[in-house]
Amino acid sequence: MIEVTARYFAAFRERAGRDRERLTTSARTAAELYGELARKHGFADSMTRCKVAVNDELADWGVTLTAGDEVLFFPPVAGG
Amino acid sequence: MSFKITSNPIDPEARKRELVHAAAGACVTFEGWVRNHNEGEAVQALEYEAHAAIAEKEGAKILAEAKQKFAVDIALCEHRVGKLAIGDCAVWVGVAAGHRGAAFDACRYIIDETKARVPIWKKEHYASGETGWVNCATR
Repeated sequence: MIEVTARYFAAFRERAGRDRERLTTSARTAAELYGELARKHGFADSMTRCKVAVNDELADWGVTLTAGDEVLFFPPVAGG
Repeated sequence: MSFKITSNPIDPEARKRELVHAAAGACVTFEGWVRNHNEGEAVQALEYEAHAAIAEKEGAKILAEAKQKFAVDIALCEHRVGKLAIGDCAVWVGVAAGHRGAAFDACRYIIDETKARVPIWKKEHYASGETGWVNCATR
């Protein structure tokens, strides 16, 4: 188990009712963590349409998490 | 900063002056405006949110790609965040190039990639009082 911080943006933030939370998780990758949080908060978006960043850098969903990471979850983007 | 996230109004005329370049024979600019309707709903206002640091970094990458793919001299983009009213300019793209083909193509590429990749989100405020996050990633 590791401790990480999850941060939520836009629709994810409203759905989760908070903009961040500290978690103790058995997730090894960002994808696994998203799965865990999607169940917890009811995020319905498919991962392929969302993006993830670790410590303020965009990352692949398969990235390995390490203790203390800040993991940013971005719902489908809609600029313009 | 060639790709800028701003909470201030965008001034397209001022931005256009940054495109002046002696080698340029073509200038194409694009402005995205807040419209009063979307998918059948009356829209009263829009709210944009971004992760500014990542948005500017990813945006700079898009501008660099446009310069690599098309023969352009200057490529710039600015995207607004915060609450916008109908008619406000939400996004501006400006390209200067030797010839019109490259200028049109690069401008189109920049706005399309920005909409698809840059962490910016849009919440619509409807006439009914409801709000909704727009889910329009293009791929």
